[in-house]
Amino acid sequence: MRAMVYRGPYKIRVEEKDIPKIEHPNDAIIRVTTGAICGSDLHLYHGMMPDTRVGTTFGHEFAGVVHQVGSSVQNLIPGDRVMVPFNVYCGSCWFCARGLYSNCHNVNPNATAVGGIYGYSHTCGGYDGGQAEFVRVPFADVGPSRIPDWMDEEDAVLLTDALPTGYFGAQLGDIVEGDTVVVFGAGPVGLFAAKSAWLMGAGRVIVVDHLDYRLEKARSFAHAETFNFAEYDDIVVHLKKQTDYLGADVVIDAVGAEADGNFLQHVTATKFKLQGGSPVALNWAIDSVRKGGTVSVVGAYGPIFSAVKFGDALNKGLTLRMNQCPVKRQWPRLFEHIRNGYLKPNELVTHRIPLEHIAEGYHMFSAKLDNIIKPLIISATA
Amino acid sequence: MTEPATPYRARKNTPPESRDALRARIPGWGVDLDPKDRPSFPREQPGIETGAHWDFPDRQPEAQPRERSIEHAMLPPVFGTSAPLKGASGAIRRYAYRRYSEGRAAHWLLLIGADRVDAWESHLKSLATLRPDNPVTETGIGSEFSGNGFKSRAGKRVDVNHSWMDPAIVAGPWVLAGLGAVAVVRALRGSR
Ligand SMILES: [Zn+2]
Ligand SMILES: [Zn+2]
Repeated sequence: MRAMVYRGPYKIRVEEKDIPKIEHPNDAIIRVTTGAICGSDLHLYHGMMPDTRVGTTFGHEFAGVVHQVGSSVQNLIPGDRVMVPFNVYCGSCWFCARGLYSNCHNVNPNATAVGGIYGYSHTCGGYDGGQAEFVRVPFADVGPSRIPDWMDEEDAVLLTDALPTGYFGAQLGDIVEGDTVVVFGAGPVGLFAAKSAWLMGAGRVIVVDHLDYRLEKARSFAHAETFNFAEYDDIVVHLKKQTDYLGADVVIDAVGAEADGNFLQHVTATKFKLQGGSPVALNWAIDSVRKGGTVSVVGAYGPIFSAVKFGDALNKGLTLRMNQCPVKRQWPRLFEHIRNGYLKPNELVTHRIPLEHIAEGYHMFSAKLDNIIKPLIISATA
Repeated sequence: MTEPATPYRARKNTPPESRDALRARIPGWGVDLDPKDRPSFPREQPGIETGAHWDFPDRQPEAQPRERSIEHAMLPPVFGTSAPLKGASGAIRRYAYRRYSEGRAAHWLLLIGADRVDAWESHLKSLATLRPDNPVTETGIGSEFSGNGFKSRAGKRVDVNHSWMDPAIVAGPWVLAGLGAVAVVRALRGSR
């Protein structure tokens, strides 16, 4: 089969690989028809995530057709069209039993601090991902769902990470009616978070980024007010002025480890890998939220320490909430919102790239070329 | 005198937009106003049907020794089998896993260091294959032309002030290795 393969920082290629095998009785092998590149894949691509091995295949957002199932699989048969949450999880450990699927303890030997994620380094379990023609999906009776007949396959792919993560980010903000919500980052997750904040009753939603074309999308897609932080000497002061010096009730960090806007932080973290992430957006969030407010973090950070302004968080009495999203827990409600027309996920898809050209896709997404927001990967066998 | 700003007294100076105005402007406004309609509320919810039909899953066979965090009590029943440990990078990784917990900076810094070693080992090894690493195709740099690289960087983008480093970071090691190879060849010739 054809598969994207990591060759070192900023370098990937498409190679011929063996089709994955059933390694556990509850495994399924899925033939991928549509996949995606996620903003967090760029952390791997840039070499920032510890234990990202040459030869691994990335990709944690995909949908496809069941090709083969293990002996204990009861819910799926070959030929089923399925969508697969980015979490690899068992459904039965201490954490899964309480709904914390992203924190599963049974799927990741390499670390106890993080669950399993497809194609997301050995730190997240050493699974190959879905930027390939086929992928091994463990716990086939737990993670995947059949794609409902009415659902568009591109919407299904966006439901494997970007949309539920954004919606979850808004949930973590514990929004109450009338709240002013600021979202840092106008990528797919930030745009979905902004949109979801309204569903939860926000009174005002503000999106901050430095890419004008994405801010334009924040206005049209997410009905948000927008500020380009590059236009302000100090975005925190500007946000204070915008909120009559109170600060926002809720701030969502949908940027994560490669936040820009502070040269030193960005360069030490992303160029020289001396921090687990550049916490520029997180520090702005801590500074621009009101005292007693909530900061929700859904941008991805690595396991190495980051220079976070913890004293301000303490002195302001903030609630800091964060997690990787337990995707499948969000699905029933999100399916309703899509059916009702409140959420239209595939409006964020800007590029559909054949698997063979995925190296160009990564470069464009990394360098933010051609007004890219969400690139999908189309498999040759699709 | 102007009014004091909001936080200097108890109420907000500007009231939020009315429910009706928000509903008219934003499809679905407020449908999840009640926290009970939000799927991850409360955060921990025992008893959700997950599809698991086991108390503890079957164990995936350990075909070759699998490295694991020393914070685990045992090898978890299911794990990824991509890219098993090999070479010098594998030795560093094995040591990082065996010696240091996830709480130790040394654990992660060794793993990040091993990643750099892995890339070098793999680049060198690829030179002995029919498909050596190709820094041009593998960086996807061609999309600078197809993707309007020049035009895309117009406007107020803050990454432009450091993206000049990228070519040096990506290509720098190749250039250094090339210069090194030239130096070695010269030295060998000179010693003859
Ligand atoms: Zn992702
Ligand atoms: Zn579990």
